[in-house]
Amino acid sequence: MTDPPVPYRVLDTRPETADTVTFRLAPAGRALPPFAPGQFAMLYAFGVGEAPVSVAGILPDSGLMHTVRAVGAVSRALHRLRSGDVVGVRGPFGTGWDLPLAAGDDLLVVAGGIGLAPLRPLVQAVLAAPQGYGRLNVLVGARSPDDLLYREELGGWALPYCGVTVDRAGAGWPGRVGLVTALLDQARFSPAETTAFICGPEVMIRATARELLHRGVLPQRILISLERNMHCATGHCGHCQLGPLLLCRDGPVVGYDRAEHLLTVREL
Amino acid sequence: MPSATTTRDPAPPACVLDRQGLDALVQALRARGRTVIGPTHRGGAIVLEELRSAAELPYGWGVELDGGHYRVVRREDEAAFAHSAGPQSWKNYLLPERVRQWTADRAPDGELTVRQERHPPASYAFLGVRPCDLRAIAIQDRVLLGGWHRDDAYQARRNGAFLIAVECTEPGATCFCVSMGTGPAAGPGYDIALTEVLDETGHRFLARAGTAEGAEVLAGLPQRDADAATRTAAAEAVESAAGRMGRSMPPVDLHTLMASSLEAERWDEVASRCLTCGNCTMACPTCFCTTTEDITDLTGDHAERWSRWESCYDLDFSHLPGGPVRQSGRSRYRQWLTHKLGTWWDQFGSSGCVGCGRCIVWCPVAIDITEEAHALHQEQLARRAAGEGTP
Ligand SMILES: Cc1cc2nc3c(=O)[nH]c(=O)nc-3n(C[C@H](O)[C@H](O)[C@H](O)COP(=O)(O)OP(=O)(O)OC[C@H]3O[C@@H](n4cnc5c(N)ncnc54)[C@H](O)[C@@H]3O)c2cc1C
Ligand code: SF4
Ligand code: SF4
Repeated sequence: MTDPPVPYRVLDTRPETADTVTFRLAPAGRALPPFAPGQFAMLYAFGVGEAPVSVAGILPDSGLMHTVRAVGAVSRALHRLRSGDVVGVRGPFGTGWDLPLAAGDDLLVVAGGIGLAPLRPLVQAVLAAPQGYGRLNVLVGARSPDDLLYREELGGWALPYCGVTVDRAGAGWPGRVGLVTALLDQARFSPAETTAFICGPEVMIRATARELLHRGVLPQRILISLERNMHCATGHCGHCQLGPLLLCRDGPVVGYDRAEHLLTVREL
Repeated sequence: MPSATTTRDPAPPACVLDRQGLDALVQALRARGRTVIGPTHRGGAIVLEELRSAAELPYGWGVELDGGHYRVVRREDEAAFAHSAGPQSWKNYLLPERVRQWTADRAPDGELTVRQERHPPASYAFLGVRPCDLRAIAIQDRVLLGGWHRDDAYQARRNGAFLIAVECTEPGATCFCVSMGTGPAAGPGYDIALTEVLDETGHRFLARAGTAEGAEVLAGLPQRDADAATRTAAAEAVESAAGRMGRSMPPVDLHTLMASSLEAERWDEVASRCLTCGNCTMACPTCFCTTTEDITDLTGDHAERWSRWESCYDLDFSHLPGGPVRQSGRSRYRQWLTHKLGTWWDQFGSSGCVGCGRCIVWCPVAIDITEEAHALHQEQLARRAAGEGTP
């Protein structure tokens, strides 16, 4: 075991969807080293446990923003946080999105569900320095219109292309229905000079990456963020293995050139 | 420039200890405040326990080993170290089964105070570390200390451990250290290495130091200079052990064999026998996986974080909110074997298996890691012969 969690205070919370909240944290005392987009923290809900959670926002003064979907004990406890509460934070952990790799390229940011959370700080970083890149495309898929994250913010992003699609449309949804890959036809990118950043359910990641390969995007320019069980995030507990990779250390962001053959083996 | 006489050789030439000398070694280490842990015969097994004197060593006991089989047997001689790996390994001390990592207290205003567990400095001396286990310790060092993050508690226990290796002269029927390049001669990492010699000239131990502290300890013991006969007898005993390994691995690069065997049919066959009980992972001296437990006291304002050994054979090991990644027994056995022999190289730059044979002995259904590797190798050869193989 390495350093224990550092106390961070909840500044505010905001419901994102029925089962997802976004909260902002500020160090209660000592701050952790800075996080990069794509990296994650271990968030400790007092007495309940820890969960790996990506940084959804990197704030001034070492503040952090996280978006958490309630799926189990720890995430439900994080869901219940109120402003003023204190959580424990460890990190930063893992490989971030390799933005220097994408210099000059068109960018495809493809998110499924909660997968938009780790991609948000990446989009913000690119929007803050757009001259370094080609065209930025953001493609978002969600289960239903009610499950869309950062709705208002999405609308405010000035992008060459921002597409949203849902699996099941409710009444009054004017937008698209279907797989996120269907949005690729509208996106503006030259495949051979494109870097893609994908996060979402593994089936969605695989389908998107396959489609991009098919269209001529290089496998090492397809960066995906993977999820596995993690207990320590320091490379010592053994839970996050995906074949040769320890995903807390060699991931969560991995190039598709390294991951493709691993993702095709069932139950690896 | 320092003159040659001021640099002291940390490794003096070999010396010879007799049985009294061995006991003097135990007493000297105890006098230095160390808890001496070594093998002793208890409850039908050779177990690791605190030794108060060398008389507690299993003089005259050997072991009879096979897949799923372990029996302590009386020997005709009085050898102390004529047994191979037992049910425990040194990880029981260096990486204990359950460790408190930190405690947290919550004040009425929500303020959180987290305290890292300060482990009292353990000061062990391990007597009778077999060469394979010496390598196993080095492998766990790589995992827990060699990465970006260091396990400080492990580091403290490790720093405090004085290692006395005993070379193997009596390999078990399940041993294959020669295949793994870990024995029967002791590799680096020991403070003192012993080789047991038992012949018509008597029962004695050829001893040499690997560190300055080892040399200092040896220098204080009743001993005599190593004679040629003892040196030769020791070398021959170790060499003879190398020729008497009970098991062997196929003579191929196991790392690539594993990487090209992910879809082998053999996994179905072994899965039909494997109970996914996890015994092999508990007995293995390199298996390091842990899980965490978070507990609170009755007030609800004091919480603790513990880590405890966990096995990749547990269904919960690969738990994700959507269900475990490795549902089938097939995938869990595959995870274990391909990690040990294959992906360990990718992750930590070495094999995860040292050839101690514990997993074979303590498997209730006698699954044998060497037999499985041979079967995968045969299957690969057959695939290649059929022209559809992986390169
Ligand atoms: C790198 C990374 C980044 C992530 N980023 C985000 C994010 O930004 N937002 C988000 O919402 N989610 C994110 N996740 C997913 C999130 O970590 C999980 O949803 C969360 O860990 C679930 O924990 P839980 O306690 O709520 O659920 P559970 O499913 O109850 O799991 C909690 C923990 O307890 C253990 N556990 C549960 N049940 C058992 C059992 N029966 N036996 C033993 N152990 C058990 C599991 O091993 C797990 O680690 C991320 C995951 C990873 C790996
Ligand atoms: S895999 Fe088996 S033989 Fe190899 S080190 Fe572990 S217990 Fe020993
Ligand atoms: S190989 Fe043997 S010891 Fe290991 S999990 Fe299977 S049945 Fe248990």
